[in-house]
Amino acid sequence: MEYFLQQLINGLTLGSIYGLIAIGYTMVYGIIGMINFAHGDIFMLGAFIAMIVFLILVSIFTTVHVVLFLLVMMIVAMLMTSLWNWSIERVAYKPLRGSFRLAPLITAIGMSIFISNFVQVTQGPRNKPIPPMISQIYNVGGITISLKQIVIFIVTAGLLAVFWYIVNKTPLGRAQRACEQDRKMASLLGIDVDKTISITFIMGACLAAVAGTLFLMYYGVVSFSDGFVPGVKAFTAAVLGGIGSLPGAVLGGLLIGIIESLWSAYFSIDYKDVAAFSILAIVLIFLPSGLMGRPEVEKV
Amino acid sequence: MAGPNSTAAAMPGGEKDVMANALKEAFYAGLIALGMFCLIIGLRTDQNIRNELILVPRWGLLATVVIIVMVGRFAFSAFVWPAIERRRLEKASTKNVVEAEPSLLRRNFVPIAIVAMFLFPVIAVYSVGLQGSLKWVDNFGIQVLIYVMLAWGLNIVIGLAGLLDLGYVAFYAVGAYTYALLGTQLGWSFWLLLPAAGAMAAMWGVLLGFPVLRLRGDYLAIVTLAFGEIIRLVLINWREVTNGSAGISGIPKITFFGLFDFDISSPNYIGKVFDLPMSGVYYKIFLYYLILLMALFTAYVTIRLRRMPIGRAWEALREDEIACRSLGINTTNTKLTAFAIGAMFGGFAGSFFAARQGFINPESFVFLQSAIILAIVVLGGMGSLVGIAVAALVMIGGMELLREMTFLKQIFGQDFTPELYRMLLFGLAMVVVMVWKPRGFVGSREPTAFLKERKAVSGSFTKEGHG
Repeated sequence: MEYFLQQLINGLTLGSIYGLIAIGYTMVYGIIGMINFAHGDIFMLGAFIAMIVFLILVSIFTTVHVVLFLLVMMIVAMLMTSLWNWSIERVAYKPLRGSFRLAPLITAIGMSIFISNFVQVTQGPRNKPIPPMISQIYNVGGITISLKQIVIFIVTAGLLAVFWYIVNKTPLGRAQRACEQDRKMASLLGIDVDKTISITFIMGACLAAVAGTLFLMYYGVVSFSDGFVPGVKAFTAAVLGGIGSLPGAVLGGLLIGIIESLWSAYFSIDYKDVAAFSILAIVLIFLPSGLMGRPEVEKV
Repeated sequence: MAGPNSTAAAMPGGEKDVMANALKEAFYAGLIALGMFCLIIGLRTDQNIRNELILVPRWGLLATVVIIVMVGRFAFSAFVWPAIERRRLEKASTKNVVEAEPSLLRRNFVPIAIVAMFLFPVIAVYSVGLQGSLKWVDNFGIQVLIYVMLAWGLNIVIGLAGLLDLGYVAFYAVGAYTYALLGTQLGWSFWLLLPAAGAMAAMWGVLLGFPVLRLRGDYLAIVTLAFGEIIRLVLINWREVTNGSAGISGIPKITFFGLFDFDISSPNYIGKVFDLPMSGVYYKIFLYYLILLMALFTAYVTIRLRRMPIGRAWEALREDEIACRSLGINTTNTKLTAFAIGAMFGGFAGSFFAARQGFINPESFVFLQSAIILAIVVLGGMGSLVGIAVAALVMIGGMELLREMTFLKQIFGQDFTPELYRMLLFGLAMVVVMVWKPRGFVGSREPTAFLKERKAVSGSFTKEGHG
């Protein structure tokens, strides 16, 4: 039982990171109906920027102030990845809006290839390890919880609360939901659709940057190819939860994280990704629009 | 870096406004580029002797990149965009002009291209010699033709039936491993295993097709992606059979129907049979013609299938699934045959790939490969065989040509390795070509069913399907 709870906590930690990335996928999908394949690489870019900021801060302060460091890393990573995602949207997706559906998918794949190779060319192909930032471990009734995991839970929960507020209670969120339902009607009612879409990309990038920072803090290492696998899993999570649904994305992320860590704990670590993908396929066969997605109504 | 839309507003304002506007845009683009690149280009992370990361500043490079972005943006806003606008206006005003008779080359493009493809190795051997042609025939010709064949195979699934498949490389892997395993373990010949590999891949196509029949659009896309990843992960982890990431080596070469072969030590070596000097080129040239014939066979089957009831059912399914069902088309069978036939050609190409390489491991079957094949299909204009071949030539051929750009070393210094920038430029090219021609290289389609005369229709009239 203790072993199970331990693995559950590990799974939830991993799932929180997936959930944060998945929100970016699901929001972009909800509003313009495209799979933003470059989102996983935006996450990796966020982790890289956080890593560079960390090194700058270490060279300035010489000792590690955890809270200050994490805050600065997150904020700088959020700002820069937002700028990246905004530019990508302007260059690669916006000219193709209203074009056929596969065109932005191809540019997104192109951008994904571009970003990971750009980071490889500019920062080198090797893994980038950083010294551990937090090493405290607590022991609660036989289960060990590290402070790192607690930080991840708190940051994720806090961000989700802020995010929920923005989407549900502010005029901006209302504009986003309106665009999601009917873009043409929203623009007729005076909503600046282009701006709303840009802001959606910026919000997705912010969450991906935070996820990247947390990933860097948790694992202490990042490499240029780290964007793809978490990206695909986060997208899997978004689809599992029902693409377009925000609570669904978080739920899907947590589920994928839990499945992965339980499978590695009880069966084999080699096939953990196979398990995650198989469960996705099985869920979709029985619930074709995900756990919390709205079923697609066919109009003739 | 910003989009080209804001300059359009300045168009009527005359030359001066355009320039002022371009300067402003260039300034903003530079600012954005500075923000984007200041950490990632400005500082390089290196490991010192104690394996700790240290930062090495590169402000000079950062400044260069920002200036390049600014100049590029200025040139785009000041010269390129107005020129595009002018051409668009001209085109709009000179409507309804009778289209000029297409040139001889254009009208007979397909036969000329096929003849050129058959002559390619001959020309290569004559112009750069027997050994020099090795690189061109193998790295360039065969490589491009493998992708042409794969893209034509995927075209059946995406272009004709409208099912978005992001895991096509899985069938390629199934074909390659079928030949590699049976060829090394049982020693069967390629000519026996080629149909076996195709059948195996088709079977997996049906196995994948069954559960995903109910899924549509992006759900279908993600499940096929997951399927591709599952196949790759199983290949990595099922070490007893596939030898894991170490891969399978010593895959037997293809023989010329058993009459003679390309193994130097064998008594039937082509050099001994025909009294030729020893060279590896014969095998490559043989492989080139083999893959060329296989690719042309794919195209022929596609063209014939489009005229058969099943091909028409695919295209009808792509255009409107509900109408299909109400007309009594069995959508289950239609989708499954599309998956199976597309997968079969992937399997053929895979077994060829295994025979050509002599060594395969799961690294060759990553998602990136699926993405490249998909990109070729879409860039070529889905459904158009000629467009897809052109797209494969441009993308894969261009990528291979980048290896040859040794003269760049003289410009950028000896440390410059063009290989490093191949994928970077490939990704960028995908974006640029797609933004420039969203409907692909060939924007018109030949209808299979027509009244009185066959007229090419614009590609924008065909749907891309949604699963």
